[in-house]
Amino acid sequence: MLSSLGFIIGTTLMYSTPLLFTSLGGVVSENSGVVNIGLEGMMTFGAFMAATVGYFTGNPWLGFLSGGLGAGFLGLLHAIACVSFGASQVVSGIAINFLGPGLALFLSRKFFDGATMTYTLSIEMKMPKYFNHILPEGTFIRQVLNQDITVFMVFSLVFVIWFVLYRTRLGLRIRAVGEHPKAADTLGVNVYRIRYLCVIFSGVFAGFGGAAMSIAVASNFFQTLISGQGFIALAAMIFGKWKPQGAMIACLIFGAAQAMVIFIGGTALRVPNEFLSMMPYVLTLVILMGFVGKAVAPAADGIPYIKDES
Amino acid sequence: MGMTFFSILIAFFMSGIILFVAGYDPLQVYRVMIEGVFGRPKYISWVIIKSTPLIITGLSVAFAFRTGLFNIGAEGQFMMGSTIAALLGYFLHLPPLIHIPLVFFAGALAGGLWGGIAGFLKSRFGIHEVISTIMLNWIAFYGHNFVVSIPGFARRTNISFNIQDSASIILLRNWKFSEAGRAWFADHPFWKDILKTPVNGGILVAVILVLVTWYILNRTTLGYRLRAVGFNRDAAEFGGISVPRSIVLSMFIAGMLGGAAGSLQVMGVASNLSTIAAMEGYGFDGIAIALIGNNTAFGCLFAGLLFGALKFGGAKIQSPPVRAPMEIINIMIGTIVFFIAMPRLLKMFNKWRQKKGRAENA
Repeated sequence: MLSSLGFIIGTTLMYSTPLLFTSLGGVVSENSGVVNIGLEGMMTFGAFMAATVGYFTGNPWLGFLSGGLGAGFLGLLHAIACVSFGASQVVSGIAINFLGPGLALFLSRKFFDGATMTYTLSIEMKMPKYFNHILPEGTFIRQVLNQDITVFMVFSLVFVIWFVLYRTRLGLRIRAVGEHPKAADTLGVNVYRIRYLCVIFSGVFAGFGGAAMSIAVASNFFQTLISGQGFIALAAMIFGKWKPQGAMIACLIFGAAQAMVIFIGGTALRVPNEFLSMMPYVLTLVILMGFVGKAVAPAADGIPYIKDES
Repeated sequence: MGMTFFSILIAFFMSGIILFVAGYDPLQVYRVMIEGVFGRPKYISWVIIKSTPLIITGLSVAFAFRTGLFNIGAEGQFMMGSTIAALLGYFLHLPPLIHIPLVFFAGALAGGLWGGIAGFLKSRFGIHEVISTIMLNWIAFYGHNFVVSIPGFARRTNISFNIQDSASIILLRNWKFSEAGRAWFADHPFWKDILKTPVNGGILVAVILVLVTWYILNRTTLGYRLRAVGFNRDAAEFGGISVPRSIVLSMFIAGMLGGAAGSLQVMGVASNLSTIAAMEGYGFDGIAIALIGNNTAFGCLFAGLLFGALKFGGAKIQSPPVRAPMEIINIMIGTIVFFIAMPRLLKMFNKWRQKKGRAENA
């Protein structure tokens, strides 16, 4: 019983992590007033970059960082379009969702002999599990905490983002820019700079999410590795009412549903796999229906801000 | 309009640079692509076959956009349509004159319900359609894969039985392989080439749907009302339009289009269902098509054909002698959409040119 519980909790944490990184990217961008529907593309590109750089350097940390930087570059493109050129943010995000996977697969074929998957990383080339040798075998604690380092990183990041957004001047400025850019501008906040910063970081976090998938959960990048997780992360952010702690809870629910699918699949219960896999999505809709009050986005979310040119 | 062509030009240019940097000859790649689209009669019919579902999912997204809704769910609506079409196409035995329209409309209706659910969830519970359609896509995805495995419907693992001939819209489906057909083809190589592909009636339906969508949006009270809700919800409400009903109806119609695309794909091309490992992207491509087509019905027709051509011609560049990754197509599409997102760019450019002109005249 306890070991089943341990398995479920451990697996939940593992599967929540890539989603949560990406979802936090969404939180950062949208709190500054820029809708980021391109998370999926950024996550895919980050996953590819991490697996590729990780493979060629043999260093997972360099890989992880490159995943963030690669996706951060897509974030920069999104920022240039949305912040400097007043682009439709949804449209630009859709473009990113074509560009990210397009670039990832193009480069993959170039670097890996025409294959749309990178070579498998050996265990030393993946993100480390620091507690592997410390935690005693076969215990509940081990099942829960014997995780990739990325798991601990992402939950720390939730706290950091919460702290920055709600306890610092920078956070106040970010939220001001997301709620009422004109007022913020009048008070001397550089709206453009704040939005650039947030959108680029949004890409970086989504890239970390992809990296957490390709070099921690899995051992390589392949065409269907991300397939839709960026969109789930987007939904989790809305579900979590645009707050880091809300996104965390939403991602944990998705992760738990995934863990249940794997757990029940391993038991004697004969439930068709497809119904189990469907559950998290049905559940999300049911929970959202039960929500009292609507989820409210930052007031200026999605509206380009163009300074008067006089 | 200007922006679209401008974006397409930039996309070809940028992709050319990427190809060049990656060590390919862009001109050679483009030549192979163009030959891959227009080179043989067979290629052209493949492009049309590939474009058919994309034109319709594009219409689905565009219709929703015009009424102020973002339909990410065309993907799921498509899968609902194809699933129901495949089931009814296999299990029912009817004369073609009844079977074909029945299967088509049942698939469209299934997609419509799927879209309608998203509309209902928005109007009744305030759930944003972006979330609900993402969820519904996944539910449809797993539902589709479940149906493929139903005993009695599964022909073998991961693939279902073919639909009955009476539900197929592939032209001359049986005649093509008959003695008479083969004999006739021996004398008519042009037609042989074209009919080697699953040429089907889908494109005619797609063109009809383009006209119907245009008509509903621009020439009916219903279209006017739905657009009014999209344009200004409060003003529409004040003008006596029921906003919740309009939202459900908009999503229902958009969903029907998505479902129709799915029906036609089963009836005209696939003839069966097979297990899918990841979303196939018909609906997501539809989003890009709607955007490239400026959310108009005729724009979707054009953009859908462009998409079909890029996808079919693009696949050709992977073979020797070029051996360039076909994913350059996705980069190209991404670039087109990226520049379409920035209409201000063209305006700024014109302004700058005017300024420069003035400075020179002074």
